Amino acid sequence: MAGNRHILPGALALILLAAFPLLPVPPFWITLANNIGLASLVAIGLVLLTGVGGLTSFGQAAFCGFGAYTTAVLTTAYGFSPWMTLPLSLAVGAAVAIPLGLMTVRLSGHYLPLGTIAWGLAIYYLFGRIELLGRYDGISAIPPLEIGSYRFLSGQSIFYVIWAFVILTALGAQNLLDSRVGRAIRALRGGSQAAEAFGINIERAKLTVFVFAAVVAALSGWLYAHMQRSINPTPFGLDMGITYMLMAVIGGAGYVWGAIFGASVVLILKETLQRVLPGLLDTTANFEMIVFGILLVGILQLSKEGLWPFVLKLLPRSRRSRQLAEPSSQLDKRDMPERGTPLLRIDKVRKQFGGLVAVNDVSFEIKAGEIVGLIGPNGAGKSTTFNLITGIASLSGGGVAYAGQTLSGLSPREIAKHGVARTFQHAKILPDMSVLENVALGAHLRGSAGVFRSILRLERKEEATLLTEAARQIERVGLGQYRDRPAGDLALGQIRILEIARALAADPTLLLLDEPAAGLRHGEKQELSNLLKKLRSEGVSVLLVEHDMGFVMGLVDNLVVLDFGTLIAQGKPQEVRKHPAVIAAYLGGVA
Amino acid sequence: MTGSLLDLKNIHVSYGHAEVLHGISLSMEPGSIVTVIGANGAGKTTLLNAAMGVVPSTGTILYDGKPVPRSVEARVAAGMCLVPEKRELFGSMSVEDNIELGGFLRTAAERNETRGELYDRFPRLAERRKQLAGTLSGGERQMLALARALMSRPRLLLLDEPSLGLAPKIVADILRIVAELRTTGVSVLLVEQNARAALEIADFGYLVELGEVKRTGPAGELAVDPALMESYLGVG
Amino acid sequence: MDATIATFLIQDGLTNGAIYALLGLAIVLVFAVTRVIFIPQGEFVAYGALTLAILDTGQVPATPKLLLCFGAVAFLLDLWSWRRSFAMRDLVKNIALNLGLPLAIYGAVLYLAPLQLPSFIRALIAVSIIAPMGLYVYRIAYRPLADASVLVLLITSVGVHLAMLGLGLIFFGPEGLRAAPLHDGSFTLGPLLVTAQSVLIYLMTILIMVGLYFFFEKTLLGKALRATAVNRLGAQLVGVRTQLTGSTAFVLAATIAAISGVLLGPITTIYYDTGFLIGLKGFVAAILGGMGSFPITAIAAIGVGMVESFASFFASNYKEIIVFGLIVPVLIWLSLGANHHEED
Repeated sequence: MAGNRHILPGALALILLAAFPLLPVPPFWITLANNIGLASLVAIGLVLLTGVGGLTSFGQAAFCGFGAYTTAVLTTAYGFSPWMTLPLSLAVGAAVAIPLGLMTVRLSGHYLPLGTIAWGLAIYYLFGRIELLGRYDGISAIPPLEIGSYRFLSGQSIFYVIWAFVILTALGAQNLLDSRVGRAIRALRGGSQAAEAFGINIERAKLTVFVFAAVVAALSGWLYAHMQRSINPTPFGLDMGITYMLMAVIGGAGYVWGAIFGASVVLILKETLQRVLPGLLDTTANFEMIVFGILLVGILQLSKEGLWPFVLKLLPRSRRSRQLAEPSSQLDKRDMPERGTPLLRIDKVRKQFGGLVAVNDVSFEIKAGEIVGLIGPNGAGKSTTFNLITGIASLSGGGVAYAGQTLSGLSPREIAKHGVARTFQHAKILPDMSVLENVALGAHLRGSAGVFRSILRLERKEEATLLTEAARQIERVGLGQYRDRPAGDLALGQIRILEIARALAADPTLLLLDEPAAGLRHGEKQELSNLLKKLRSEGVSVLLVEHDMGFVMGLVDNLVVLDFGTLIAQGKPQEVRKHPAVIAAYLGGVA
Repeated sequence: MTGSLLDLKNIHVSYGHAEVLHGISLSMEPGSIVTVIGANGAGKTTLLNAAMGVVPSTGTILYDGKPVPRSVEARVAAGMCLVPEKRELFGSMSVEDNIELGGFLRTAAERNETRGELYDRFPRLAERRKQLAGTLSGGERQMLALARALMSRPRLLLLDEPSLGLAPKIVADILRIVAELRTTGVSVLLVEQNARAALEIADFGYLVELGEVKRTGPAGELAVDPALMESYLGVG
Repeated sequence: MDATIATFLIQDGLTNGAIYALLGLAIVLVFAVTRVIFIPQGEFVAYGALTLAILDTGQVPATPKLLLCFGAVAFLLDLWSWRRSFAMRDLVKNIALNLGLPLAIYGAVLYLAPLQLPSFIRALIAVSIIAPMGLYVYRIAYRPLADASVLVLLITSVGVHLAMLGLGLIFFGPEGLRAAPLHDGSFTLGPLLVTAQSVLIYLMTILIMVGLYFFFEKTLLGKALRATAVNRLGAQLVGVRTQLTGSTAFVLAATIAAISGVLLGPITTIYYDTGFLIGLKGFVAAILGGMGSFPITAIAAIGVGMVESFASFFASNYKEIIVFGLIVPVLIWLSLGANHHEED
C-alpha cells in the first residue's frame, strides 16, 4: 500500500493531467474529465467502504445531494460565499451518515446496502418535494467558486479545482489505509473475531469508513453545485448511486487509484454509448442501463477483484522492502506480575447448549510465568472452555477472574484491554496484508491516533513506534525474512507463528493459544516449543489448548485434562500421562 | 487393482498455501470396514472430505474402478455417503423430515422400504419422529446422522468420528451398528480418534500422521503396533 | 376524514398490502434458499403486468422473444461449462429446457394472442411467459456466483435489476399501460364498494400462501429447499443439488412476481420502472421480518400497504418518502434487538 512504488508513473500521470485542459481538445472532453473527477471522489469513498471495509452502499448519490443542496441553499438564499459552505456541506453529509450508520453497523452486512436503497429513494423524492430546495426544478444561479477576484467559470479552470480535490482525497484515503485506523478498517474483512480479540471496536471502524465515504460524496456534490451552478434532484437519485457502485466494482476491491480508473471507464463508456448507439440502432432508448447492468454482473462473475489489478500488472513495480522510520519513543510496557502469583482463576465454569453440557464445572488456575496445557480428546470441551475464557461464548455458570478482576461477562474487546491476547485454532489472518501489518494489528490498543491525524499523516511518530514494535515481535518469533511478504504466502506453520507474534504485539501478560501445534511438522513443533519456553523465561504466562500430548509433555508446567466437559486429571505432565483415565480418554476404552 | 470399491491415489489437499495432505493413497475392498486413525490435525477429516468431494483435491479417486463423479451430489447418487464430524443435521426440521431428506435421490418406494428398516434399527428415533433435530441429545444426533445417511442406501459409508463427544456406552452402541452394516453389504470408511474401538471393528487400518500415511495393516496388527501409542501420546 | 374514506383507505391498503405480502414472501424465500437478495423481483412484476396489458390488445408482446434470448444465453453458458466434460444425455435435457421451452411458449403466444381469449387465460399466458425467466436469470447471473458472499450477490442483483429495467424500457417503451380487469364486477358491502379485482387479489394471496405452506411442509422438494436454507452442506450431503433448489426458488419467486403483476396491472397504471418501487415495498416488509420470517413479513406487508394508503390521503406529496422512510424505524428496531452478527 505504500505510495513509493509508483512514484514515476504517478508523476507522469500528474503532468499529463495538468496539461490536459491546455491541449486543443474538444470542450466536451473537458466536461467529461470534470465529471470523471467528481465521480472519482464518490468512488474513492465507495472503494474504501466496499472493497476495504466489506460494507456497501447504493445511496452515495444522496450524500452528493446533501453536499450540493447545502451549498446551493446557503449561497443563493443566504448569501454565503462558496468556500464558507464547504465545511458546512461536508458536515451535513456526515450528520446524515452518522445516524444511518449507527442503525446498520450492528446488523449483518446486507442491511446497510438495503437500507441505502430505500433511503436513497426517499431522499431523492424529498429533494423533489421541498419548497426550499426548489422542488423538481431545483436551484439555479449558484455562484461560482472564486479566489480573490478570479472566478472559476470555465470548464478548464474548475478542472484544476476538481482534480486537486481528487488527488488530495486519494492521498488522504491512502494515508488513512496506511495507518492504525486503516488497519482496523481493513481487518473488518477478516471477520470480526480476530479484530475484536485485539481490541478493535468493529462498530466504530464500520461507522468511520461509512462517514468517510459520505463526506467525500458530499464534497463531490459541493463541487458539482459550483461547477454546474444549478442543480435539480436527478443526479442524486438511485440510478446514479448504482452507477457509482459500478465504478467501485470496476476499480476493484480496495484500490484507491482504481476508483479513478473505474469512474473513467464508466463515464467514457456512457458517453460513447450515448453518442454511438443511436446512430447505429436508430433508437434513443438508453442502452447504457443494460450495458452497465450486464457489466456489473459480468465483472463480479469473472473477476471479483475488479479490473484495476490487471492495469496494475502493466505498471512497473519494485519489490523493495519497506523502510521503517526510526521511532523516537518507546511504547509503554505492561508491568509483568511477579512470577508465581495467581494470574487466571477459572472457577467452576459451565456451558450448556440446550440439554448438552459442554463444559461441566471446570476449575483450575494459572500462575504468572507458567505454561499450562489444557488437553483432552476431540469434543472434550477444550475449545468451548477456551471460548468462555476469551469472552466469545457466554458462561452458563461459574466465573473467570484475571489478576483479581472479573473477566466473565466482558466482551473479547474488553478482555483484550486487560492484557490477554490470543491465537485462533483456524488461523484468522488477512492474507492480502503484509506480515508486518498483520502483526501491527495486534498492537492496536497501544496506539491512539484517530482518523484526522491519520489522513493528515500527523501520526507518523506513533505509527513508526507501532510498526517497529511489530517488526520486533516478528524478529522475536523468527519470521524476520517474511516481514514484507503478504501473510497469505506463508505456510500453515508460519501462519501459526505469525498469530503468536500478533498476540505478542499486544504486550500481553497472558497468552492464550488455541491448538498452536495442530498441523505442524516435527521440526516446526520443536521450534514452537522453544519459542514458548523463551517467552516463559521473559515472564509471559501461557495457556494452551492442545490435542497433541507429545508437544505439551516437555513444555508445560501443568496439565489440565478434560473429557466430556469434565476435568479428569490435573498436575505435572509426567504424572498426568500415566493416569489411567487419561490413557483411556485418548486411545478409547476397549468397547 | 480390480475389485476395489474405493481407490485413493496420491491425494493432495491444500488450504490456501498450506498443504495438509501430502499424497495419501488408500484402497478398500467391497464389504470391508477400513479405519483411518491418527491424532488431531493429522488430516483424517480432510481425507474423507476429499473423497466425498466436499474439498477440492488433486490425485486420482476411483470408485468402483471408475473415476468418481465430480460433484458431491453425483457421488451421493453413485452410492457414496458422508456422515460428517459436525453431523450437519437440519436442526429446525423434524427427525422425520431429516430422515426423509436422506432419501432425496431415491424413489418413494425405496424410501418407504428403507424408512421402515431404519425405525426398527433406531427405535429411539421412531419415538422422537416429530421432535426437531436440534433438540436431540448428542447420541441421538449421531444416530439421526447415521440414519439419514443410510436412507440414501449407500454402498460406501464415510463416517467421520462417530464417537466424537459421546459417552462410552453410546460409542459402543454406534460402533456395533456400524459393524452390523457390513452384513447388509455396506462398506465403511471410518475415521476415528478412538483408535482402540475403531480397530476392534475394522478389517484394515491406516495410521495417518501430519497428512501422510505412517502405518498400514490389518486392524489386529495395527492395534498392538507401538507406533500407535507414540502417535497419540507422543514420545515425551 | 369520515368513515367512508377510512374504509376506502383500509381496503386500498389491504389490496396493496396483499401484493406486498406476496412479494415479501418471495424475497424471503429466495434469500433463505440462495442468499440472493432478489432486487430484480420488481421487474418481473412490471413484465407480468405489461405483458398482460399488451395481450389485452390482441398483440404479441415482446417478452416471449426476450424469453427466447434468455434461454439461448443459458444454453450457450451451459455449452461453455461443458467444454471439458460432455454428456449426450445432458445436452438433450439442456436443449429441451433452454431452447425447447421458450420456443414452445413463443409459438403458443403467437397462436393464442390474436384469439381474443377470456381475460383469465390471458393472465395465465402472461404468467407462463414471465415465470420461466426466473430459471434463466438464475442460470445466467447467479449460478456462477453460488459461493460468493451475500454482498457480492446483492451487487449482482442490482446489476440484474438495471439490465432488466433497461430491457423493459426498450420492449415496453416509456409509456405506462393498464390492463383490463380480470373480472369487472363489483358489489357493495355496507357503505363500501368492493371490486371483484380486489377480492381476486385477496383470494390469490391466500391461495399462494396456502400453496407455499403445502409445498414446504408436504413435498420432498419443498423440504429440500428448507433443508438448503437450514444447512447448505447438509443438503449437499444428502444429494440435494444447489442448482436444483436455486432454480426452484427463482422460478417460484418469478411466478409469484408475475402473478402479482397481472393482479396489479388492472388496478393501476404500470410503467417499465414501477415494478422496482413496488418490489421495494415488499423489501421493507421482508426486512422487518428479519429476511427470515414468513408470517412477520406478511403482516408487515399489510402494514406497509396501510401506511402507504393513509399517507397518500394525508400527505400525498410525501407518500414515497414516508413508505421508504419506514425502513428507518425498522432498522432501529432490528439493531436494538441485534446481538453481534458475524459477517458471512
